[in-house]
Amino acid sequence: MELEIHVFHYLVVSTVMLFCGIYGFCTRKNLLAMLISVELMLNASNINFAVFNRYLFPGQLEGHFFSLFGIAIAAAETAVAIAIIINVYRNFNRVLTDDVSHMKG
Amino acid sequence: MMDLSLLDITFYATAAVIIVCSILAVTTGRIVRSATYLLFVLFGTGVIYSMLGYTYLGAVQLMVYAGGIVVLYIFSILLTRSSQTMRYRIGRGRLAAVLAATATGAVLVIFLLASQHFALVAIPQGVELPAREIGHAMIGSDKYQYVLPFEIVSVLLVACMIGAILIARRHK
Repeated sequence: MELEIHVFHYLVVSTVMLFCGIYGFCTRKNLLAMLISVELMLNASNINFAVFNRYLFPGQLEGHFFSLFGIAIAAAETAVAIAIIINVYRNFNRVLTDDVSHMKG
Repeated sequence: MMDLSLLDITFYATAAVIIVCSILAVTTGRIVRSATYLLFVLFGTGVIYSMLGYTYLGAVQLMVYAGGIVVLYIFSILLTRSSQTMRYRIGRGRLAAVLAATATGAVLVIFLLASQHFALVAIPQGVELPAREIGHAMIGSDKYQYVLPFEIVSVLLVACMIGAILIARRHK
């Protein structure tokens, strides 16, 4: 039996990761737990960029750099989100989605 | 007789760790454990980048995510006392709906991937992308070179850090 690692194996891993992130984002009520789920989704997309770059266009670097910039932007996004969450904690003494519903419309 | 190379074993072990830990990260009831499982998932992602030959990307993943972001998470979890608010859950009906939707979505996407021919492409692995090439592509300004996004990302990072400090600062 031939066992080579195909694109498919990587994509299954990233698919499971993405849908775990979606599940967590919809089920959690704590803002930080939701942010952790967002990180899972971002990671899944970064894996996809790297894998497609490596397997389909191994001579080029677009996917690699997209992942690289994605990681940097995820870091920036996390910093701002955590600052906002700490501000929410200061106002409500807890960080639940039920508390921050003023902009819900 | 199955012929497993070391690379195959590494990949399947990493894939198992990633799948189990990402499921646990969104189902566990304690948020510090959730952050720890996220850390394991990020380590696994770094291993996958390295296996693809993108060792630089793997190193960036370990430094930025595992070294920076997870520490930020742990600190903010402790600062906001999030472990006390994890007992608030969504309703049972909505939970079932979300579970059904995500499970269906995952199965559909995996089926779609399995039915595509590109998913069976394989290339020789473990060919490391040299750091010199990455450096030339990142600082060059020709076609397929990325000095402009690089600079924009650095400006964005500075702006985000200043914004984060301004938002999180205690107002008097």
